[in-house]
Amino acid sequence: MTDAAMPLAGPAPAKSLHQPDARTRKRNAAERRFRLYGMAAVSAGLVALVVLLTSILSQGLPAFQQTYIEAEIYLDPAILDPNGTRDPEEISKVLTFSYKPMIEDSLTSVAERLQGQGASELTPAMLAGMISGAANAQLRDYVLANPEEIGQTVEFEFLTNARIDQYMKGKVTRESAALDSKVDVAQLNAADALVEGGAMETRFNWDFITAPDASENRPEAAGLGVALLGSLYMMLIVLFLALPIGVAASIYLEEFAKKNVWTDIIEVNISNLAAVPSIVFGILGLAIFINWMHLPNSAPIVGGLVLTLMTLPTIIIATRASLKAVPPSIRDAALGVGASKMQAVFHHVLPLAAPGILTGTIIGLAQALGETAPLLLIGMVAFVRDYPDAPPGGLFEPATGLPVQVYNFTQRADPAFVERASGAIIVLLVFLVVMNLIAIILRRRFERRW
Amino acid sequence: MIATLFFVLLAVAVMGGYFLGRRRAAASAGGDIRALHSLLNYHGWNVALATGMTGLGVLLIGSFASSFIGLPPEVVYAVAALAAAAAFFLSFQRISRDFRARNAVESMVMGLLIVASSIAILTTVGIVMSMLLETGRFFAQYEWTEFFFGTTWSPNFRGDSDLGILPLLWGTLYISLIALAVAVPIGLFAAIYLSEYASRRVRSVAKPLIEVLAGIPTIVYGLFALITVGPMLRDYFAQPLGLGDSSSSVMTAGLVMGIMLIPFVSSLSDDIINAVPQAMRDGSLGLGATPSETIRSVIIPAALPGIVGAILLAASRAIGETMIVVLGAGAAATLSMNPFEAMTTVTVKIVSQLTGDTDFASPETLVAFALGITLFVLTLGLNVLALYIVRKYREQYE
Repeated sequence: MTDAAMPLAGPAPAKSLHQPDARTRKRNAAERRFRLYGMAAVSAGLVALVVLLTSILSQGLPAFQQTYIEAEIYLDPAILDPNGTRDPEEISKVLTFSYKPMIEDSLTSVAERLQGQGASELTPAMLAGMISGAANAQLRDYVLANPEEIGQTVEFEFLTNARIDQYMKGKVTRESAALDSKVDVAQLNAADALVEGGAMETRFNWDFITAPDASENRPEAAGLGVALLGSLYMMLIVLFLALPIGVAASIYLEEFAKKNVWTDIIEVNISNLAAVPSIVFGILGLAIFINWMHLPNSAPIVGGLVLTLMTLPTIIIATRASLKAVPPSIRDAALGVGASKMQAVFHHVLPLAAPGILTGTIIGLAQALGETAPLLLIGMVAFVRDYPDAPPGGLFEPATGLPVQVYNFTQRADPAFVERASGAIIVLLVFLVVMNLIAIILRRRFERRW
Repeated sequence: MIATLFFVLLAVAVMGGYFLGRRRAAASAGGDIRALHSLLNYHGWNVALATGMTGLGVLLIGSFASSFIGLPPEVVYAVAALAAAAAFFLSFQRISRDFRARNAVESMVMGLLIVASSIAILTTVGIVMSMLLETGRFFAQYEWTEFFFGTTWSPNFRGDSDLGILPLLWGTLYISLIALAVAVPIGLFAAIYLSEYASRRVRSVAKPLIEVLAGIPTIVYGLFALITVGPMLRDYFAQPLGLGDSSSSVMTAGLVMGIMLIPFVSSLSDDIINAVPQAMRDGSLGLGATPSETIRSVIIPAALPGIVGAILLAASRAIGETMIVVLGAGAAATLSMNPFEAMTTVTVKIVSQLTGDTDFASPETLVAFALGITLFVLTLGLNVLALYIVRKYREQYE
């Protein structure tokens, strides 16, 4: 290097600084472009979020509404109780299937009235076909509960079948119905007439949240009751196992463990476990809990154990961070007045770290609630219609979970299940939002800066 | 039935032990508890913990042993109950004025803490052992060269299947590549914009919103791929271009997975960019560089190891992701370059081989464990590599 002036590369500088030369203009343009890329990237992320949520909401919100039809049914003694004994045992021998003709007969007058109004091709069977297949069972349950009403005419409210329901929500049109073997245009006309007459209406459907799953052919009756219960059981297991184990492990690692090979191995292990794909935990659950320990398939206990192992690293990492945040002066003060090390930790450090631990636990639970893949492997995809009993017995009975129920719905052929799956996602997201809000409020309210 | 009886009895013994222990300690002090070495509570806890831990511990060990030698459950429960009773009487007998109950309780609690922290190790051992054992059984029935180098995947439950992993690996890598091609530019530029350009207000709104994407369960993304993205890509891209008419495709799964990975890349990169010291920015800006030139030639090089680590972590997520590919990618194992064709991945095949009626002696089921361990090794390798790069090439700033 010399002190001699280096020849300048590029064009000679502009005469005035107020007039940018070509090179400066180019650099400024590059600067603006770069900034624009950044803004585009941020907007792309936000747009993706908005599109995702609107797509799910617009597909799923109709699932909370369902179309109901009112009908007067004559409970025919000739079918229900041919011997006239009114003996509940005799009545319960009548199969669900036999209730169908009764509904058809009762609808004859309605069909005739509608035919008079111009729907000439409508038959009573077609009218009965508009009612959900679940109506037979509903009728049977009613009759078994009130055998004394046999022979009378009772007013019922049935779910309509999924096609009629989707027609009321605007997803089935006359054009699509013409190609569909499961619905007839005449039925759609009849539905319009019934709505006008007030015998059919679309309203909020609690059964979607509380009822159990329904078969392939009756999407209108499928609900989330069993899935919600199964998810609740699994979350309880995760809470009661992962929280104490996670807190105990963190206390040991953070407060007592000496730095040696063993604790190093444990630390590396925990950070690796946090990154293991969730499906691998499913394989572990299948091999250890089901094949080796012979716990029952599809039971919340197995799901809960697998999710516990998955959630542990999250809870341990959060707990250690909040233990670390408690200043050493607290420990020193406790030790100084004669507390043992264990007393200092359990009486002073742990209570001060509790808000952080709770926040971490809630976030871990929210993660576990949305996890699907490991549950598929331990048989929670099974079709379960019976509610499990109360714990502890119910933990060993088959159930499903909320996210697995979504997967289940997507695997069925009938397009009406798409709406159900999206609706189930909305329920799941509501739970997640509530849990995360609780975590945020806890953090805001109790977080202490030392 | 016998289990309920056992646990009820144990609970009664634990609670009774606490109160009896206190009573006996108080009596041994002759009414003046200042004469005791430990507080009354510790004497109570000592009996309660000794009873409970012995009962549960023997039960666990017993059931573990009986899975090898086949004891009837009644025997295991009886042995555990006897051991708990023995522990109860021994610890109860030891209570005296000078008994160091606090030290005894603290060492038992310490034991519990150590056991809890070894569960993480046990989980890893469980994962590795369960998969290794079953994989061993698989390779006893199926040639390992066929598995690792076979190019066809056609399981056949009557036997005689072709179980080559290459088409699955190809699908996995292809989808992950598309996902990274979406997530890395968006995530990286978002991180740069938010940490270097955005005002405090924009940052405080946009950053949490983007991170919401990381909290959404993958089944939601899967459904999004299935009902929205898949049909859209098919109708507006694949069919007009004549590239196929399947709504589940590599592109569908890759795009949606890319969206899922944006917050992984952006929040990790954001932390790393923020860790670059302000003095370096000031130095570069003071020499006349524009902000973008500063970012390109000073900040990114300084943050590069961390960014590479973030990308590798995102890649490991993409490879292990299950629900998006189950719902979005399809089930046909093909070796093809067409991004609008349905392909399948390692995780999809693990799910499909292990759900439904499975026979744990046939290679068609056992192959899932071999796939699982391949996946485990791949993701673990990527994670370790990411950590190594971050540690080794990190610039140290004071």
